[in-house]
Amino acid sequence: MANEPFENNVDRALADAQLRKNFAFAMGNFILKRRAVFSDAEQTERLRTIGHAIKQRALSRLPELLEQLEAACTRNGIRVHWAETTAVGNRIVLEIIESHAAARVVKGKSMVSEEMHLNAFLANHGIEAIETDLGEFIIQLNGETPSHIIVPAIHKNKAQIAQIFHEKVAGAPYTEEVAELNAIARNTLRRKFYEAGIGLSGVNFAVAETGTLCLVENEGNGRMCTTVPPVHIAVMGLEKVVERLEDLPPLLRLLTGSATGQLVTTYVNLITSPRREGEKDGPQEVHLVILDNGRSRIYQDPQLRQTLQCVRCGTCLNHCPVYTRIGGHAYGFVYPGPIGKILTPQVEGLEKAGTLAFASSLCGACEEVCPVKIPIPALLRRLRDESYSSAPESSVPGRGCKQNWAERLAWKGWAFLNTHPRLNRLTTALLGLVGDYLPPAGPLERWMRYRSEPKFAPRSLHRRIREEGIADE
Amino acid sequence: MSDTARDRILERLRNAPRQEAPRPDAPASTAADPDRGARVGRLKSLLEAMRTEVHVLPAAEWIPRLREVLQARAIKTLLYAPETGLGAALAEARQQDAAGLPELVAYSETVESFKERIFAVDAAVTTAAGAVADTGALILRPTRAEPRLMSLVPPVHIAVLAAEAIHPSLSEAMQDGRWSADMPTNLLLISGPSKTADIELTLAFGVHGPKELIVFILDD
Amino acid sequence: MTPEFAKPSNVYFFGTCLIDAFYPDAGLAAIRLIEREGVRVVFPPGQSCCGQPAYNSGFPDEARAVARRQIQVFGRDIPVVVPSGSCAAMMKHHYPVLFAGADDLAQARAFAARVFEWSEFMTRVLGVRYEDRGRPIRVTWHSSCHALREMKVIEHSKQLLRQLGNVELAELTNESECCGFGGTFSIKHPALSGALVNDKVDDIQATGAARVIAGDCGCLMNIAGAAQLRGWPFQAQHLAEFIWERIHGE
Repeated sequence: MANEPFENNVDRALADAQLRKNFAFAMGNFILKRRAVFSDAEQTERLRTIGHAIKQRALSRLPELLEQLEAACTRNGIRVHWAETTAVGNRIVLEIIESHAAARVVKGKSMVSEEMHLNAFLANHGIEAIETDLGEFIIQLNGETPSHIIVPAIHKNKAQIAQIFHEKVAGAPYTEEVAELNAIARNTLRRKFYEAGIGLSGVNFAVAETGTLCLVENEGNGRMCTTVPPVHIAVMGLEKVVERLEDLPPLLRLLTGSATGQLVTTYVNLITSPRREGEKDGPQEVHLVILDNGRSRIYQDPQLRQTLQCVRCGTCLNHCPVYTRIGGHAYGFVYPGPIGKILTPQVEGLEKAGTLAFASSLCGACEEVCPVKIPIPALLRRLRDESYSSAPESSVPGRGCKQNWAERLAWKGWAFLNTHPRLNRLTTALLGLVGDYLPPAGPLERWMRYRSEPKFAPRSLHRRIREEGIADE
Repeated sequence: MSDTARDRILERLRNAPRQEAPRPDAPASTAADPDRGARVGRLKSLLEAMRTEVHVLPAAEWIPRLREVLQARAIKTLLYAPETGLGAALAEARQQDAAGLPELVAYSETVESFKERIFAVDAAVTTAAGAVADTGALILRPTRAEPRLMSLVPPVHIAVLAAEAIHPSLSEAMQDGRWSADMPTNLLLISGPSKTADIELTLAFGVHGPKELIVFILDD
Repeated sequence: MTPEFAKPSNVYFFGTCLIDAFYPDAGLAAIRLIEREGVRVVFPPGQSCCGQPAYNSGFPDEARAVARRQIQVFGRDIPVVVPSGSCAAMMKHHYPVLFAGADDLAQARAFAARVFEWSEFMTRVLGVRYEDRGRPIRVTWHSSCHALREMKVIEHSKQLLRQLGNVELAELTNESECCGFGGTFSIKHPALSGALVNDKVDDIQATGAARVIAGDCGCLMNIAGAAQLRGWPFQAQHLAEFIWERIHGE
């Protein structure tokens, strides 16, 4: 759907009653769960302030922390690789796999690997990448991409998943029992964990101080991928680095509380080295691939840099009135929802993805819940300015792509009217007289697709004020 | 211009406008559960809420209780770490009286030759290095003697924890244990059996990791 | 309730462009209710729009020109009362951002500091008390996004509503969810905006309320328009106009 105009995707999603029902139910549920775990507003606010400060601090020292991380990892025996683009990142992963002559990779959930379109790349090189997170497993069976960054298969309901398993997993009976569906996945994937030569995962936080990779999860598939195979490859965006181990407790509280309304996930997995001398298990090799893919460009701008504070909890999706109605696929890119709307145009460019920045009512629900206080509405506004080159010089790709004389003229006219009171009053008075006879075209037509015609007051407030003798100075 | 991706990325980052940001305040100490009894209580109730079976008992009683627990589940093989104090006690107890204790499987080889066995055993018993009361999680620090897969692969994971090792919060556990000075290969927080809610947000347990977590809190 | 500020003798009233063209009755009611407390209301005729439409659409220069005009027109050092959470938030919280780096930033900040949302002014400054003379009625309340999240005045609005003894307040299931107006959003993404407002209308309809009350005429125009198109019978009314009616037994 990435090749289709956003509007078409929106129309299709809005017309899909089942999809809307699935999202409305799940997102409503997430909102309640988050509210329950963050029931103390004051405490939550303190925690968010700390989370924001930790990420700001980490970004303020980003180059130093990345070097420190690299040095610490290297000391610990983790091999660090740098990739400027997703193509290079894919190539690095492939070379590691090929150096071990592995044919199969088991994968824990990783949005960065989605960003790299790693599975398709590996498939083209004859390597099978098996998603092992239950949600990812479901959508991989069905040939889909994630519709949510935390619960990737949330657009499907039980019956749809039952059908997918029945059709795509050899010998699986049709069942809508969640426990039985889980068992099918468990049995199918246990063998894969056992056999795989390579495990691949993402990273939630990378600690510069100790060279530790922190991964959170509930299923245990992430631990399987990072512990059972002889080689573990972790991929991360360069913004995932934090300064100290002690930064983790508040970040973990914020991440799990925001993402799923949990106090803590079932597993918090801190990986600091490959198997050490004398240890009996764990991978003999651990690789860390640090991906840039536009992040260092985003970093150039002090305001837009705040995009990089994101911890990928997905709570802005859950609380977004637009996301909850259309789901993740309609956005047409890997990262959906409010965070996608600010991240994607900066990575892919405004020509390709700039429309997303306008598809928001700027209601502010996202900013209100963001665990690290990213000012998403302000960043959306900034990207709108960039689209018309109205912001000061910047390196946002596709800057000015929406510039056109008609709109510029319309806004100039609007500003002229609103700075010339007499003309403005005359126009309003005129609309009061003839406004109801305006032809339903252009903006009015779009308004009237879902609403009756707006009724201009016969006499404006300005006129009524004069008539009633209210003071004018 | 440097010629490696690393140098180019770091150079771009270094050339960006600097923004100072102070080191954040340390999170306020929770201190919600100052005494040990309260910490044990909170940990127990949070773990139980995540479908974990918790036994709080004196150290002398845990092996007898273990016999009951294993028998009730008809566990036939139990993976254990013979070199740990816990493992030694278990082996000795079995030698004296095998009743209720299944075949003990020692994790004595590297995974390369032992994988089949690990994937076949019914249960494993490990030490918990500590725990965190405020969020309800065990701290596991796998060692040479007690490797990583023990708490992951077998369908039942039994963890034995000393009550005095329960910290009020993760921050305090890190500070008290000086984690940053000496991180093990792998350190884990575990708050229950493996679970998922990926299908219609319906909570289901035992998807990839252990289906059951049983915790013995030794409190004398 | 006890007012938090000394009562001024004069206040400015910023009517907002939507009230000017579509809802003058709401504006007049808001003014009359302030005057009723013995405060003189000044309505400078040179006022127009807060500038938000351009500000949110990628045209900050045009927004600044219009905003600058308002700052000049409301020149005296007296409170500026705004019967809209959205316009008030623009003037109070976004003018300082919009004028960052401009020569008149100090004036913008000083102006912003004088801005009050109407219900906030009525409670925090005037500490009004109302007696409801109307017949029993069931209404519901829609929290507009910027009143809720930027001005944070919803409690003030509801305090006023709760003073009306014969008014039963039926709460919406998703009271704080956006109605989908979003200014130019409703024109640029009509289908998304339409989906949001239709859900809002359904939520209102489900309460069985005869009216939906809100503090922002943008939301009201959006909600009323969608309800009317679908033939739902409830009315949408600005809080000030509703209170004016209630205390006069209309």
